[in-house]
Amino acid sequence: MSISANDTQPVNAQIAAGMPNEFLTFTLGAEEYGVDILKVQEIRGYDTVTRIPEAPDFIKGVINLRGTIVPVVDMRLKFKLGKADYNEFTVMIILNIARRVVGMVVDGVSDVMQLTSEQIRPAPEFGGAVNTKFITGIGALDQRMLILVDIERLMSGADMALMDAASQSLQ
Amino acid sequence: MSLDLARFHKTFFEESFENLETMEQALLRLDVAAFDAEVINTIFRAAHSIKGGAATFGFSAVASFTHHAETLLDQMRSGARALAQDDIELLLRAGDTMRGLLTAARDGGDADVNQVAEVQAALERALSGKPAAAPVAATKPAAAAPSGWRIGFAPKPDLFRSGNDPLRILRALGQLGTLQSTALLPDELVLRAAEPETSYLTWNLTLDGEARLEAVRDCFAWVEDECELSFEPNVAAAVAVAVEIPEPATPAPVVASRSASIAKSDVPVAARGAKPANDGASIRVGTEKIDALINLVGELVITQAMLTQLASGLDPVHNEKLLSGLGQLDRNTRMLQEAVMATRMLPMEAVFSRFPRLVRDLAGKLGKQVRLVTVGEQTELDKSVIEKIIDPLNHLVRNSLDHGLEKTEDRIAAGKEATGTILLKAAHQGGHIVIEVGDDGRGLNRQKILAKAQEKGVACNESMSDAEVYQLIFAPGFSTADQVTDVSGRGVGMDVVKKNIQALGGTVELSSTPGKGAAVLIRLPLTLAILDGMSVGVGDDIFILPLSSVVESLQPQPDQVKRVAQAGTVVRVRNEYLPLVDLREWFALPGALRPPQEAIVVIVESEGRKVAMQIDELVGQQQVVIKSLEANYRRVRGVSGATILGDGRVSLILDVAAVVRLFSHVAAA
Repeated sequence: MSISANDTQPVNAQIAAGMPNEFLTFTLGAEEYGVDILKVQEIRGYDTVTRIPEAPDFIKGVINLRGTIVPVVDMRLKFKLGKADYNEFTVMIILNIARRVVGMVVDGVSDVMQLTSEQIRPAPEFGGAVNTKFITGIGALDQRMLILVDIERLMSGADMALMDAASQSLQ
Repeated sequence: MSLDLARFHKTFFEESFENLETMEQALLRLDVAAFDAEVINTIFRAAHSIKGGAATFGFSAVASFTHHAETLLDQMRSGARALAQDDIELLLRAGDTMRGLLTAARDGGDADVNQVAEVQAALERALSGKPAAAPVAATKPAAAAPSGWRIGFAPKPDLFRSGNDPLRILRALGQLGTLQSTALLPDELVLRAAEPETSYLTWNLTLDGEARLEAVRDCFAWVEDECELSFEPNVAAAVAVAVEIPEPATPAPVVASRSASIAKSDVPVAARGAKPANDGASIRVGTEKIDALINLVGELVITQAMLTQLASGLDPVHNEKLLSGLGQLDRNTRMLQEAVMATRMLPMEAVFSRFPRLVRDLAGKLGKQVRLVTVGEQTELDKSVIEKIIDPLNHLVRNSLDHGLEKTEDRIAAGKEATGTILLKAAHQGGHIVIEVGDDGRGLNRQKILAKAQEKGVACNESMSDAEVYQLIFAPGFSTADQVTDVSGRGVGMDVVKKNIQALGGTVELSSTPGKGAAVLIRLPLTLAILDGMSVGVGDDIFILPLSSVVESLQPQPDQVKRVAQAGTVVRVRNEYLPLVDLREWFALPGALRPPQEAIVVIVESEGRKVAMQIDELVGQQQVVIKSLEANYRRVRGVSGATILGDGRVSLILDVAAVVRLFSHVAAA
């Protein structure tokens, strides 16, 4: 397989540099976030979840995704943006991360955006809700500001308690 | 035309390993005293297939090594060599080496060069020692193959027209030994005028090796009438070999008298030991295909349960046909599920068959006389369980051999039969399989175990029951062997055995009679994929309890419930005080806590200990498909997995063993 068209050159260079260029954007409260589209498996409505004992409050529980048991994270609770009310607009983004499937509940999904490297600014040092080490940059697009999240790193972090300690380090 | 041979490699390796296993089993069946041509033929065929395959696919190391073993076997087969215990040992070692070479060829690693060289040298020594069996050979001069042949091969010009190819003959010859060929062109040949369909070449061939004249002649069988052939023994090589003849092997008169019948048995015959089940037609299917099928059937079962649940609210009079259709669907789904699960089932023979070798090797090493008895080889078990049970069984058998069975002189002194017995037994019991590893050795020594436990700092006391004392053996770091041997006794064994078996949802029990022997009973579920469950409700949540661990359920009377200071609540059931676990409290589920007498308690048991679990309601019994929680999430304390209910919701399966361990500990403390 080869993509030979010249116009894909800058995009290819961006991919080669390990930078995602297409982002799925979603809203949490007043803020807009973006995650690498390649990590997204699907988007679906909010199902009833089954609670899991001894889980942190931002882990809502598990759902049945066509026969697979998938944990669901409430991003509002995770980012401490206040309690989310679940309504018909509440959606779940199903992510494929580190060969695992994880669902995250967000307020709404906006669209898919392509950003060039000029449009991505380095993340500022600020004491926001999201730990800055998970922010890869700020996407500036007209008047909108996108917080670009390294979702893989965020989800596989120890404080997410999504994976066994054993699968991160040996006991 | 270039054929991509690589895609056949997998099959070749699979078949070769199977052949090796066949070879090993047949070798162990081989009895020096009673010559059995069929068994030797089985071994020979297995070795021959490996060699042929290896040569085809270019694994020359495997092919050339196997060739030596094959030559030795061929001599046995033809009766030119007496059956000797040493040769059987040697061939077993050769089998191990072949396995090493094959593994190296498959994984691209390096085989143990020293071992290969050593065994090959031993094989060569054994082969060169062969002329010492002269008394036998003398009666059959043709069988006494010299160590090489010089062959003149001059095909007639129209050889190709009859569909023969000299190259194929040369290759076949090459399989018999090291072949050196010199092709001669006729002087008068004018290349420009040469016809491509005419054979002009003649060959002078030198074959080094132990090939018999018949075998060499066989290669030319198709072209005998179409060529000029001459055979001459390669004298120089024979002399060179004769110099290094070691001690003469004892010739067995039995062999000579039977050689006539052996010659006839060259036609392939099914291995005598093969069970009828192996004779049936079979297809080799990748496990991932079967797993996909099982997953799909699992989904089907869930959908079917969902439909049944929906239909239960319908009016049976108006929907009679629909309901009877659903009933039929239910039956068919179940049958389909059983049939699909059965494809994953393997007989225990797959496990048991590896033990004769192990027992034989270990018994030799320990200087004990041991007889292995296996019962119930046809008992079937899920493949994934089989794979995981091998290591624990290995450990138990080693333990029995090393610690359980006494030395021969001790046995005689104790008035027992000199040969010890190790029993491997498998049987179905309900939805479980019970595997027993027993021996008729000295049995477990209660005092010794207690003393050792104290020394190792394992919690114990004199008033413990025998069963409790025996369970101490499974404590980490426990080993009663006075000496650490390479057979067992590193003290890592039994607790790992127990852990592995528990991970499979099984239990281990020990029984022992001092002086008479000991037995380990392993109880395992037949499959890891499906569980008979009891669904219980707490508020809106539904949990599944493995039915096998549920003892009873009851509504306790107020006087049955006692609060114990700092140790929680206990329930008295028939004079037994059981720790009470309120699921709502433990899992922090919504809803107000209720006093036990207003709720229902389910008594669950694991490892002989019981715990009362407080729930709101009993929902029902159903078979559930076990799904992993850890695939996408992590391990949760007290939860062994999850399943999908009829309405599509996820329900957690409780890990009763963990709950019991956790809470009976609290109660005991």
